[in-house]
Amino acid sequence: MKKLEEKIFKFLMIGSTVVILSILLYILYVIMKKGLPSLSWEMISQIPSGGFYLGKEGGILNAIIGSLYLIFFSVVISLMISVPVVMYLNFTLRRKSKLAAFARLTFDVLFGIPSIVYGAFGFTVMIYFGLQASLLGGIIAVTLLIIPVMIRSIDEVAILIPNDLVEATKSLGATNYETIKVITRQLLPGISTAVLLSVGRGIGDAATVLFTAGYTDSIPTSLTQPTASLPLAIFFQLSSPIEEVQNRAYAAALVLTIIILTLSFSARYFSRRLSKNKI
Amino acid sequence: MLKGRLLKDKIARHYMLGATIVSILLLFVIGGGLFYKSLPIIHDKSLWTLLTTSNWRPFKGDFGFASYIISTLFVTGIAILIALPLSLLTSIYIIEYASPRILRAFSSVVDLLSGIPPVIYGVWGTLTIVPFISEKLAPHFVEFSTGYSVLAGGIVLAIMIIPLIISILMEVFSAVPKEMREASMSLGATKWQTVKKVVIRKSIPGIVAATVLAISRAFGETIAVLMVCGNFTDLPKSIFDACYPIPALIANNYGEMMSVPQYESALMFAAFILFFIIVVFNIISRLVLIQIDKRYQL
Repeated sequence: MKKLEEKIFKFLMIGSTVVILSILLYILYVIMKKGLPSLSWEMISQIPSGGFYLGKEGGILNAIIGSLYLIFFSVVISLMISVPVVMYLNFTLRRKSKLAAFARLTFDVLFGIPSIVYGAFGFTVMIYFGLQASLLGGIIAVTLLIIPVMIRSIDEVAILIPNDLVEATKSLGATNYETIKVITRQLLPGISTAVLLSVGRGIGDAATVLFTAGYTDSIPTSLTQPTASLPLAIFFQLSSPIEEVQNRAYAAALVLTIIILTLSFSARYFSRRLSKNKI
Repeated sequence: MLKGRLLKDKIARHYMLGATIVSILLLFVIGGGLFYKSLPIIHDKSLWTLLTTSNWRPFKGDFGFASYIISTLFVTGIAILIALPLSLLTSIYIIEYASPRILRAFSSVVDLLSGIPPVIYGVWGTLTIVPFISEKLAPHFVEFSTGYSVLAGGIVLAIMIIPLIISILMEVFSAVPKEMREASMSLGATKWQTVKKVVIRKSIPGIVAATVLAISRAFGETIAVLMVCGNFTDLPKSIFDACYPIPALIANNYGEMMSVPQYESALMFAAFILFFIIVVFNIISRLVLIQIDKRYQL
């Protein structure tokens, strides 16, 4: 009897593991199968021309460039905030500081807040400052979205840095700032992983940019112009009744998936190198 | 020379403190901002009317959230029902039975699944789940369904929260000390008895925390749900009916909300409800997880 129960459950456990694995493969398979036939050089090298949304010529370069702009500026801004925060929590405050514990809880909660709320909040901020849907608005919202991702991810690595290293540097007479400069070198692989993770999260998110960045067929030339983005290009084109346009949505989905997979694999590569160099 | 060094240190310290305070305040500013924006509608309609009526006619000034709230609960409920058993079985297998190689390979699978953007899940859902429901599944139960339904939303959401639940559960199960397992085995218990009576029992708070986190993730998921739920303002009568969860409501109406009085306030109120529930759920489950972490560290 005991043996039978264990057997049944083991069967169920292996079964559900296989189910989850096959869901992942099935998603990738469907996206490839649907996207590959419509993916062409024209798709990723041209902006939409007249009649694009009726199935005529053009590509989604506006969305690709728009997404790259959005994510590049957001990552730069959030790095300037996240790195100092992690340094402060780990190497300036004491290890058991109450403030650090409270801050970590806050970032966990911020991490759980859905992107639509960041989008809605970003939108109210924009109205407050009299901004229209624009590249700048999108950057603000995406920055808010990825700050907690980045802080948590760098913090995970920073916690592992041995206290001895900090104490050794300080005992040589280094100031706190100089100590941090030394530690930053140790943290670089962790920071790279964090950047890749946040790029993945930020570039694929539609709900944050829906209100804030708008959508346009051209490539923005200033911060106050609206900008297209890949997830919205997929979303809008999929809701079209015309088949050619829908097919482009699948191609755009494939482009986004390839970007995400590349990011994910490089993140793993970096974190593996990190664990090799760990002291 | 010395002064320059100390000055640099001082500036850096202030900058770091400033960045920390600003990013902590972010949570409170978001909550405060959304609450402030939703004040007009709360004053005008009373919280009770807003939450319990289901008349939604923005142009006549009727804002009842009941059907959106019920849609959200419905979709989330289905998602959890599907995701929790699958994730529990899988993470027990991975942690207790599988070899380290499978463990490593499977964490890549979890990472990849959690990295796929919501909009891709939405595309996949409309391509596979929606036609499956309308052509294969629904005809057995109801006369007609477009496939864009509560069930479609639930299934897609389930797949989206599975990586979150599994990654937390894997940590929770590995946090159970090895000695406890060994003690149980040395008393003659089988592997499965040990898992059932020791590992799972010890992990119940962690399992609850993971579930609560997953619920709050499912609550706020927008684009995928928007793409597969059908977005129809009415109380869904069966799982094959279309529904309209709160995040989809916000996302769908941002364009027109500026022209109607109180509409903006109503949508910001919707965002505030999401924010409030998710923050409360997150704080509870994170505190539980921190406790688990503390108890077994040392």
